[in-house]
Amino acid sequence: MAKYFHSVTLDESKCRGCTNCIKGCPTEAIRVRQEKARIINERCIDCGECIRICPYHAKKAITDDLSCIFDFKHKIAIPAPTLYSQFTPEYTRNMLLNALKKIGFDDVYEVARGAEFVTEATKKLLADKSIKKPLISSACPAVVRLIQVRFPNLIDHLVKLESPMEVAAKIAKKKAASEKQINLSDIGVFFITPCAAKATSVKAPYESKKSSVDGVISIKDIYLKMLACLDRLKEQEQLLQAGYEGIRWANSGGEGLAIGTDKFLAVDGIHNVITILEAVESEKIMGVDFIEALSCTGGCLGGPLNVENVYVAKTRIKKHVDDAKAMDKSDLLQDTYNDNIDWTEEIEYTPVMKLDDDFGKAMKKLEDLEKINDGLPGLDCGACGAPNCRALAEDIVRGMAQETDCIFKLREKLRDLSIQMQGLGNMPSYAVNDEHEDKSK
Amino acid sequence: MKLHYEIPANDLTYAGEASSSVKKKLVQLGIDPALVKKAAVSMYEAEINAVIHGNGGFADVEVSSDRIIVTITDKGPGIPNIELAMQEGWSTASDEVREMGFGAGMGLPNIKRYTDKLDIDTQIGEGTKVTITVEFNKRL
Repeated sequence: MAKYFHSVTLDESKCRGCTNCIKGCPTEAIRVRQEKARIINERCIDCGECIRICPYHAKKAITDDLSCIFDFKHKIAIPAPTLYSQFTPEYTRNMLLNALKKIGFDDVYEVARGAEFVTEATKKLLADKSIKKPLISSACPAVVRLIQVRFPNLIDHLVKLESPMEVAAKIAKKKAASEKQINLSDIGVFFITPCAAKATSVKAPYESKKSSVDGVISIKDIYLKMLACLDRLKEQEQLLQAGYEGIRWANSGGEGLAIGTDKFLAVDGIHNVITILEAVESEKIMGVDFIEALSCTGGCLGGPLNVENVYVAKTRIKKHVDDAKAMDKSDLLQDTYNDNIDWTEEIEYTPVMKLDDDFGKAMKKLEDLEKINDGLPGLDCGACGAPNCRALAEDIVRGMAQETDCIFKLREKLRDLSIQMQGLGNMPSYAVNDEHEDKSK
Repeated sequence: MKLHYEIPANDLTYAGEASSSVKKKLVQLGIDPALVKKAAVSMYEAEINAVIHGNGGFADVEVSSDRIIVTITDKGPGIPNIELAMQEGWSTASDEVREMGFGAGMGLPNIKRYTDKLDIDTQIGEGTKVTITVEFNKRL
């Protein structure tokens, strides 16, 4: 596999080379070159901000097509709890799970149930005094990638436990293999996702060598198929596994609430996350043991691959949480799971902002960068293709751009040139005039 | 490389901009993240001190391959008793400043904790000059 896999990609035919995506990118990972947006792979964290912001829909997330499930004999869907928030309230969670199964799966297993196992394991980490606090949730893969490129000092604070998706996938596979005597290689587990970052984390996992998930299908791709099944749904089997605490993970604050500590801080929206992580790194946040940080505004309910508005989704998930609260736990298909869910791989700092491996050269580049930046207009207009003037200065010292990419610098240069040319053109006439003046004297 | 920053007086909204700018530059130079943190946190604390107590001032930063030296000079009242000021939890900050979450009496102690060398040159009624050194080559 290539060194960097990203779910977020560009559809060149739709890109008009405008400045919307470069301005919104939290890691300054996009440049417009030759009238098309280019993603700098090592900087992209798959947060999906560009997908949300692009007015021409040129940024997209690569997810799997539903047809890929037929490569497996036994097909299991594992829906993110966000899925429930996309439908109108007349459909209960059990109806939704039945409809999901009907679109082509043999079984379903709720990721919300996986979240409950992760909650239990996180509680143990919180109680362990030898572990650095505050702990930072690793549930959002975009936040983990952000920490990897921008907050190396916080890597040790990450909750190094597998995500609810991975846990759900493992349980679902194990269950199918033991209860139905199916070969593990014949079982395909498919995550129903609200976001691109999860697709990346399955194709290029950081917490283990290989993901237990076999494919990732976006909510928007199956939404209409599910609606059609819901309208025709006659009989229902009981498929509910998760309690309200697992379902609530879809919303910002849900993971923190489930852990049962008052000392948690929940932040959502990638730019807000950066502000909070900066404060944590500089030890400006006191009295907090757990930080839940989610890249999308509103948490997973605000994921770019959803169909419903995030605030509408918030109201709808509340109903599912309340319904689950009112339920008797004995009505759920609850299981136990005691396998270790620790990460088996470590993540390492990727210093993407470093100007050069050699300190002396980096220093020279930084000095040049400052000088160039001082000469730029400071309008941060983005017309050069970089998100701001400083980023252009950085690109210039990296040899990826030139000063005249700035339209103001270009105009200055053209004006200087035209004055010079005018000067050249005027030279003979000066001589004539001088002669004339001399004569008049 | 030499850098110079103005530090505003009594304005906590923009406080920390100088240390945040220095931090970005150290990252671009490829300095070890743990050392970047040491330099950024200690400079931030000194910067805040200049804002809260020192009537503002300026920061001069010198970065070389071996170390970073930050000098924060303010025109404040000076520190009457350095020994007291170095004690954790001891602060002369106003209630107003404390309400904003500053003035916990951790400024100078934190600087000491995060730096390899700390010099305080203070004159009553004239001002204070705090010089912070973080060595880059020192083993962590």
